[in-house]
Amino acid sequence: MAATPVVELKQITKRFPGIVANDSISIKLQKGEIHALLGENGAGKSTLMNILFGLYQPDEGHIEVNGEAVAIDSPNKAIELGIGMVHQHFKLVQSFSVTENIILGMEPSKGGIQIDYKTATEKVKKLSDQYGFRIDPNAKIEDISVGMQQRVEILKTLYRGADILIFDEPTAVLTPQEISELIEIMRKLVAEGKSIILITHKLKEIMSVSDTVTIIRRGKVIDTVKTSETSPFELAEKMVGRNVSFKVDKKPAEPGEKVIEVKDVSVKNKEGITLLDGMTFDVRRGEIVGVAGVDGNGQTQIIEALSGLRKIDSGSIVLNGKEIGNHTPRQISESGVGHIPEDRHKHGLVLDFSVSENMVLESYYKEPYTKRGFLNFRAINDLAKRLVDAFDVRTPSIQTKARSLSGGNQQKAIIAREINKNPDFLIAAQPTRGLDVGAIEFVQTQLIQQRDQGKAVLLVSFELDEILNVSDRIIVVYEGKVIGEVRPEETNDQELGLMMAGSRQGGTKA
Amino acid sequence: MNKFLKWFASDSFIVSLAAIVMGLLLGAVVMMIGGYNPITAYGALISRVFGDWYGFGEALREMTPLVLTGLAVAFAFRAGMFNIGAEGQVLMGMTGASLIGIKLTGLPALIHAPLAIIAGALFGGLWAALAGYIKAKRGVNEVITTIMLNWTALFLCNYIVRTFLLMPGNQRSVEIQPSASISIDWLSQMMGNARVHWGILLAMLASTFFYYFLWKTKQGFELRAVGSNPEAARYAGINVSKNIMKAMFISGVFAGLAGAFETLGVFHYQSVYSSLPGYGFNGIAVALLGMTHPFGVLAGAGLFGSLTYGSAGMSFDAGVPPEIIQIVIGSIIFFIAAQGIVRFILKPVYKRKKEKVL
Repeated sequence: MAATPVVELKQITKRFPGIVANDSISIKLQKGEIHALLGENGAGKSTLMNILFGLYQPDEGHIEVNGEAVAIDSPNKAIELGIGMVHQHFKLVQSFSVTENIILGMEPSKGGIQIDYKTATEKVKKLSDQYGFRIDPNAKIEDISVGMQQRVEILKTLYRGADILIFDEPTAVLTPQEISELIEIMRKLVAEGKSIILITHKLKEIMSVSDTVTIIRRGKVIDTVKTSETSPFELAEKMVGRNVSFKVDKKPAEPGEKVIEVKDVSVKNKEGITLLDGMTFDVRRGEIVGVAGVDGNGQTQIIEALSGLRKIDSGSIVLNGKEIGNHTPRQISESGVGHIPEDRHKHGLVLDFSVSENMVLESYYKEPYTKRGFLNFRAINDLAKRLVDAFDVRTPSIQTKARSLSGGNQQKAIIAREINKNPDFLIAAQPTRGLDVGAIEFVQTQLIQQRDQGKAVLLVSFELDEILNVSDRIIVVYEGKVIGEVRPEETNDQELGLMMAGSRQGGTKA
Repeated sequence: MNKFLKWFASDSFIVSLAAIVMGLLLGAVVMMIGGYNPITAYGALISRVFGDWYGFGEALREMTPLVLTGLAVAFAFRAGMFNIGAEGQVLMGMTGASLIGIKLTGLPALIHAPLAIIAGALFGGLWAALAGYIKAKRGVNEVITTIMLNWTALFLCNYIVRTFLLMPGNQRSVEIQPSASISIDWLSQMMGNARVHWGILLAMLASTFFYYFLWKTKQGFELRAVGSNPEAARYAGINVSKNIMKAMFISGVFAGLAGAFETLGVFHYQSVYSSLPGYGFNGIAVALLGMTHPFGVLAGAGLFGSLTYGSAGMSFDAGVPPEIIQIVIGSIIFFIAAQGIVRFILKPVYKRKKEKVL
């Protein structure tokens, strides 16, 4: 530890009204290391990084870069000091090319007027080759994949001469394939002498890529450890503050009669492209059926069809012996279907509504929430209070806007609402996406409890571990069809991975 | 009562107040640059509005359509739409009221006047619902359709007036039946013949209705859900198309009422307009001033109405061109929209306040 750290945060404290977001946090980032910052949602990681990037000013403490105390009062100052941030939500202009996005804000010019695209493109190309990004400088952002867009964000910081890169939850939006590629890139970056701060709550990634981990809980540093000297269990425990079991505890399923039967459902989009191609499966009372598949193989469409958001062209969907195909979302909801949607901001919540209003989003029109056409706020608030307590939704008050809740608590609110509907059939689409370990455990336990109460649960997830741990039966979808069914105890992620890529059980190609 | 006081101390109230003061100051600077004395000018403006009963009554008359068109724009906005067509809906409202007010005869005033008002409201509402229908069923942006429908309304209404209601030799309709008038004659006489009418009261009731409907009823819940996240609303089983049409209809009813009151309470006839009269466009400004809250709209219309009406006094008594008031209104809207600037200027004030709390 003789070398001067490239960045040292000393006793940083930041207070917001009613909360201490960072409480005397100290962190050292050494040159050429990947330093992971681990903590639950709302632990104060983002606040800390926003301080380092100059978006917030600390109330106490200071920052040293290469051993010198600096005042970072704006992102421009941070960039000047060689600090770059790769944001979780990309800040790219969709209709601009890669190069245009990278030079945006500091366009090189010929004679002060004309933008020198040629030099810029060459520089981008050179950087891309140096770190193995394989990126086309002339491609439009809207035409490239999410993983590629993230590389553009990384290139943007490198182009501006960053030596210290902050990655804010970089894997939240990536597919497993893209994640391993990103990890490669990060390794290459540190090999070239860059230093990386990685904000995440995914233990797997931390174990595979980081050198050092600092765990933050409720604004305080709990510990800083060498990755090689720790284990995921230890990290999880430190992060959440209690024991976390990764294995989901559950009894064997006792499936009853069929609750939902999907038969030969086909859906075409406006362009006439087949999205669902005769999909057939069923879910029985008291079991969780997991849907495994690579994104874009019909998962979104089948959920939409099941919940009435999309018309089906042929086939039938039968719930408890009654056809519900092409019914309206309200009819379906009333006939006993609960739905935890894939995109909680788009479908799950009205972000500008209060927690309390969101709790009755699907039942506001019923007694006692509406009486003679007027909303009955007493009943609504009573319900909201009850659900917030029962499902441990952490919110300052039930009148708080859903927007200001953390992702985990937003998801808890949605789950509370859906489970409270007491549905016979519960659809859970990516229910743990973007959540931290504690919240994931909570959500999965809730799903299993629903199963144990005799509900039929359909779990759609891109996390293979989740599918394997939670489901009682797994169906694999490929190109809008169910191409195989396996039991979680009789398979493993390799076999599932192969099936997801389109090969049927027994190794024959579909 | 406590709640009421709290509202006055609320952030949005202070910021709006500061924006108004800053707008007035900017207007004063412009007057000084132009060589006018802003104190005399504003003095003349105030005495025009509050100096005598006539002025006050006429200022109220000026505010009434502004309240209603402001509500129209604000209501659509709360449901996620931009109703640029209050203009056309006002004209339709005038026409509806004129048709009933002129053509129906022999009814007692207690029936005739409300009937004419309802006709105006329905005309305005259906005209707006047309834009809502096209948006809901065909996905055409309401900004475009409402603008186009403004012009359609202008020529349609002129055609109706010319064909069915014309006072021969004039570019206006014949007078409405006395039984359809909503002027308050006794009050009018007390206020030096200012054209005060029942519409002023109804406009205030309309803003109360707006508040209760949107925030206290089931239907209002649906409209707000559709307005802030149509995708989530659809997922929750709310019929988005229906709500879009409903929101536009109610928005149009507000604007239609504005038109009906102008015909039934102020002019007692309908002119053939050579161009759009501007009620609806001013409504956009009022809705912005009031931050699309119904009570804000009331206050915004009060301000807008006093400034425009008082500006005539400014030019008579202080020789200041009334156009300067447009600069004032424009800059107030600017400051309300650009709250960051206001907050920046208020910063020292806020700091002191916070320290006191601590």
